[in-house]
Amino acid sequence: MDLDFTPQQQAFRTEVRAWLRANVPKSPLASYDTREGFEQHRAWEAKLAAGGYSCVIWPKDLGGRGSDLNEWLIFEEEYHAVDAPMRVNQNGIMLLGPTLMEFGTAEQKAHFLPRMARCDDMWAQGWSEPNAGSDMAAITSRAIREGDEYVLTGQKTWSTRAVFANWLFGLFRSDPDSTRHKGLTYLLVPMDAVGITVRPIRALNGKQAFAEVFFDDVRVSVANRLGEEGQGWNVAMATAGFERGLLLRSPARFQRTAKRLVELYRRYQATADRDPSIRDGVLKAWMDAEAYNLASYHTVGRVAKGHRVGAEASANKIFWSELDLQMHETAMRILGPRAELIDDPEVHEWLEGFLFAQAGPIYAGTNEIQRNIIAERVLGLPKS
Amino acid sequence: MDFTFTEEQVALRDSINRFLMKEAAPELLREISETSGGRSRELHAKIAAQGITGLSVPEAQGGVGLGDIDWTLVTEELGYHAIPDSLVESSYVATALLCNVQEAGALREQWLPRVADGTAHISLEHPANPCVADAHLADLILAFRAGKDDALELHAVPGTGLQRSTQVSIDASRRLAILPQKLAASTRLLTGAGVQAIADATLDRAALAVAGQLVGLAQRMLDVSVDYVAQRKQFGKPIGSFQAVKHHLADVVTKIEFARPVLYRAALALQRGDRHRAVLISHAKLAAADAAWTAARKGIQVHGACGYTWEVDLQMYMKRAWVLDAAWGDRGFHKARLGDALMGNGAPLGPAATLQ
Repeated sequence: MDLDFTPQQQAFRTEVRAWLRANVPKSPLASYDTREGFEQHRAWEAKLAAGGYSCVIWPKDLGGRGSDLNEWLIFEEEYHAVDAPMRVNQNGIMLLGPTLMEFGTAEQKAHFLPRMARCDDMWAQGWSEPNAGSDMAAITSRAIREGDEYVLTGQKTWSTRAVFANWLFGLFRSDPDSTRHKGLTYLLVPMDAVGITVRPIRALNGKQAFAEVFFDDVRVSVANRLGEEGQGWNVAMATAGFERGLLLRSPARFQRTAKRLVELYRRYQATADRDPSIRDGVLKAWMDAEAYNLASYHTVGRVAKGHRVGAEASANKIFWSELDLQMHETAMRILGPRAELIDDPEVHEWLEGFLFAQAGPIYAGTNEIQRNIIAERVLGLPKS
Repeated sequence: MDFTFTEEQVALRDSINRFLMKEAAPELLREISETSGGRSRELHAKIAAQGITGLSVPEAQGGVGLGDIDWTLVTEELGYHAIPDSLVESSYVATALLCNVQEAGALREQWLPRVADGTAHISLEHPANPCVADAHLADLILAFRAGKDDALELHAVPGTGLQRSTQVSIDASRRLAILPQKLAASTRLLTGAGVQAIADATLDRAALAVAGQLVGLAQRMLDVSVDYVAQRKQFGKPIGSFQAVKHHLADVVTKIEFARPVLYRAALALQRGDRHRAVLISHAKLAAADAAWTAARKGIQVHGACGYTWEVDLQMYMKRAWVLDAAWGDRGFHKARLGDALMGNGAPLGPAATLQ
């Protein structure tokens, strides 16, 4: 057991820190759920890619840096330590990217991954449908093969940033007689294809954070299929655990929030302490952020020894989403009657974060579904 | 950077687990706990023969000289098998104390070979605990007592002839006592400003050992609960197929999953003498206690009325979890220590703050 960084890791940290200090935007960007903010974030990530830091764990020839997971954790620590912007292309780089890496053809990887790293392409996801949320195997949107093309019909929903994205990845039923997990195909769909209609959905913060996407005889080339026809479920699931478990939410992000919470509490301790449970909430936030960080290093160490992240990824997802909620709830309670003032500079990030944290236990598979996965696949309990 | 255990460490843990599974089954422990002394010479001799009593004892005194990281894996196993307090306190915490105090040279030579071969027992008295565990067995008691101007002194009290007032714990495996208010001046081993630091280090190590046991207990309670809900049927199905039951146990998995790395980090911090070790150990104790109490509460819930009985083994594990929660610093103590550190200068705040 060794928690010291090697000289190479320290050098990497120093280099990342210097680059970020020189390049991170001096003032906060507008929300990436607005057109203006979306473009600002996109420009920032293109700059990040030019510096070689967009996707550090990807191979060099695909737009990454060839870093291992320890370096990824170090990068994230430095990234969040300087309050760098949230990643606007996270659906692409954290969800689709690793799936492409595992299932994409050489041509697909060479084409899509560097463009994704540079934010040339911005990705939305097309999983959920009006009647297929937690029960994702119930999807009915179709992709019927006609020659070298699939013809897509149906509807996707809750598609994050689909209003601004130019590509969508999703699951479609390619065998109309199939049911459940069989007969599904994973497709990459250009959003400017004829027959696509995007209808924005306003989120809790009033912004067009996600959208419904309608497919009306949309033609997509067979070359845009990821994995084999009918194998879409396996393609989607193979990397789902890994992402949920490790890459989607790095611990540094929560440690940064915990630090801000301790500082907020210190500023307002006199009023906060009138409710004795607030201090407890602050301590819990620090402890859980620290625990999440240590759990990540522990997992990365085991992955380096050949361990494959499996269903325990579900415990991760529950933990970080509940942590995020708990930290922001505590901040709201410290801010008291000022907490509603969305334009107050001290309140703004906490309030936006509080609203977004409400979604954490719902997206990427609800926490109820994660608890089922833990019970069935970690504990071996029978299906209901 | 490699936050995992070596193959040797994992092998040590596995061998201790196999040994205890065979030699310290719940039925046997239950039987032993019902005797007046609460301890079995036979089992203790087997544990000593296995080398567990000598793990911390330096090689010069007949042991193997292992450190806090190895011990943490061992304490998890001892917790998992609900082994009574005496082993950890004597063979790990008290032994480390004697090894780290320069003035204890003669005591080391006298007692550590016998701790290693299982023929002597050392108990600890500390202001954090109202009682002393296993004082009735003790050949030697190391006691931190307030002396002149309330400054702590360290006493080395021989067990023979010492008066002990027995206290009964709800945990049937515990044997507690209170020692006389006045100790003979002749037992005073150490006075002065340094004693507080020794007492603090002893509390840190003991709290870490308790945290390890609590994580082990949480895992055991989870395992027995999983076994129970998989076989118990209602409405024609195993109750483990119902989501309400599944979710209780999934919550326990999550608590354990995020207590373990904290425990291991704290062990490393103590072994290396890291700057933030007190905070990290308090965190480990709090996280482990939370996992163990959650496992107890959810465990009894999914066991239904059976969980409320003396018959079902769950009660042994629950009671140990409940009482160890407050041993070597209750939650108030550890939260206060953590809070003071986070609010003070040099607090470990922000990404990677505790790693650099």
